Amino acid sequence: MPHDIDHLVAARPGNESSIVIVGAGQAGLSTAEKLRANGFVGSITLVGEEPDAPYQRPPLSKAYLLGELERARLKLKAEDWYARNRIALRLGTRVASIDRARRRVCLADGAILAYDCLVLATGAIARKLPQAISRGLAGIFTIRTLADIDALRPALEKRGKLLVIGGGYIGLEIAAVARGLGMTVDVVEAAERPLARVASAETAASVEALHRSRGVTFHVGKAVSELLGADRVAGARLGDGTIIAADVVVAGIGGMPETALAAGAGLAIDNGIAVDAYGRSDDPFIWAAGDCANFSLSGGGLRMESVGNAIDSADLVARNIMGARQPYRPKPWFWSDQFDLKLQIAGLSRPGDTVVVRQGAGPGRSHWYYREGRLVAVDGLNAPRDYLVGKRFLAASASPDPVLVADPMQALEAPANN
Amino acid sequence: MPTIRFLLADGAELAVEAQNGRTLMETALESSVPGIIAECNGSAACATCHVVLPEEIMVALGPISEHENDMLDFAEAPRESGSRLSCQVRVSDMLDNVSVRIPSA
Ligand SMILES: Cc1cc2nc3c(=O)[nH]c(=O)nc-3n(C[C@H](O)[C@H](O)[C@H](O)COP(=O)(O)OP(=O)(O)OC[C@H]3O[C@@H](n4cnc5c(N)ncnc54)[C@H](O)[C@@H]3O)c2cc1C
Ligand code: FES
Repeated sequence: MPHDIDHLVAARPGNESSIVIVGAGQAGLSTAEKLRANGFVGSITLVGEEPDAPYQRPPLSKAYLLGELERARLKLKAEDWYARNRIALRLGTRVASIDRARRRVCLADGAILAYDCLVLATGAIARKLPQAISRGLAGIFTIRTLADIDALRPALEKRGKLLVIGGGYIGLEIAAVARGLGMTVDVVEAAERPLARVASAETAASVEALHRSRGVTFHVGKAVSELLGADRVAGARLGDGTIIAADVVVAGIGGMPETALAAGAGLAIDNGIAVDAYGRSDDPFIWAAGDCANFSLSGGGLRMESVGNAIDSADLVARNIMGARQPYRPKPWFWSDQFDLKLQIAGLSRPGDTVVVRQGAGPGRSHWYYREGRLVAVDGLNAPRDYLVGKRFLAASASPDPVLVADPMQALEAPANN
Repeated sequence: MPTIRFLLADGAELAVEAQNGRTLMETALESSVPGIIAECNGSAACATCHVVLPEEIMVALGPISEHENDMLDFAEAPRESGSRLSCQVRVSDMLDNVSVRIPSA
């Protein structure tokens, strides 16, 4: 363990303490909320670079982009919630640096805030296309923030042809929305299938088949070598010479943990801000939660980009700041909405796991992953029942007989909740 | 503005002014009602927004979707006859002064 007990006692905040949280996203907000829920009465300041109060990101590539959810509903808390909970919200300003020796942060607007305890919840940023490919053309977008969607929306209103670069979750969700809006959609994916890094081959194949049946054109195993056009993008040339016409390009080529602030302060960085199982960095007064944090657990490093992880890791950090000393026990789960498919994933599958398919009577099906005979993950594709039953098995560290799982006529008894 | 009476798992009551048209889940989150986590932001994907409504309100709200029905069968707290996912219930005057119970898992 990198920190001894004295450090923990020394850093435990009292009534007069100030906690500064950097990043007003899901993890930052949840940390503030959970600090109050755990009885912290000192001052809390939540600093966010974006102009908007904490909001939900998942609908950005789903209902919000489709126009089915108004902007106001994205907000995670009502305006007066912050005052009622004595949380000072400083928006539209970036924390520029951390002075670890004096325990204070400098904001880009010049303000200086002292802290007894600092929480980094800086999230992730969307990877941008290299300049050699994008060539500074207009009409190329990445998706991470509300501002990104505000920029993309007018481009989609003209309908026309959308090219999505990268067949990950966000790319495919955008593709589905664009088809729903009546656009022509091409998806280029450099790996041999979409969702290559984030879902099993079986689940990816089902999702790809759905997209194809709805008119999305895939170019898999191909990379974009150059985007074409004079000043606005007009198309793309692929590595094999194929030319695709496009009016709008969305690059969904993955996210990177936002570590600039932490790295500038000399904190350990390893695929994110390196934190121990309690969420603490190598500075005993600095913690991290959410997309930016890479937890060092017994099975190795674990960094996830999901709402569930943002909420759970923030909850953990808040409790440990208050002295709980609990290690992170992640319960990975994720969902994605594409066309009329609701995909729900529990656990973490890996290539090489044994896959058992449970085909429902209707359109729903689920994929169950076993490693050395133990259930490690379940994907429900329009199969909420199977998903939740699987989640219970995972929570209980129990594994249903694969023979029963493969036979949809056999009911699966979910282990009782403990 | 209707008032929603959240009955917490520990027996306490939290009365909250709600806005018509928002969901019960959104209303609960805005007041940090303990026990409503709503990890999926209302996509009916997580079942961490489970509430129990009085029988007569259940009838008045009408039928629930098959997806929600399936989710409720395996929510953390056991399903009851008044169980709903609060993200799928819109606030209206009909819910004024209604007790919305948070079941204990
Ligand atoms: C389009 C989209 C769809 C998604 N869909 C799903 C989904 O269906 N299911 C799911 O589970 N997850 C989904 N996710 C992922 C999920 O939204 C993230 O995992 C979650 O938002 C992470 O929360 P966070 O607080 O760690 O980071 P963020 O939400 O990224 O918040 C970090 C904040 O910190 C700010 N910040 C960074 N550096 C500084 C600084 N130095 N000073 C001040 N502020 C700073 C950033 O501006 C940002 O606002 C989706 C993400 C996107 C972008
Ligand atoms: S918020 Fe997730 S199911 Fe209601």
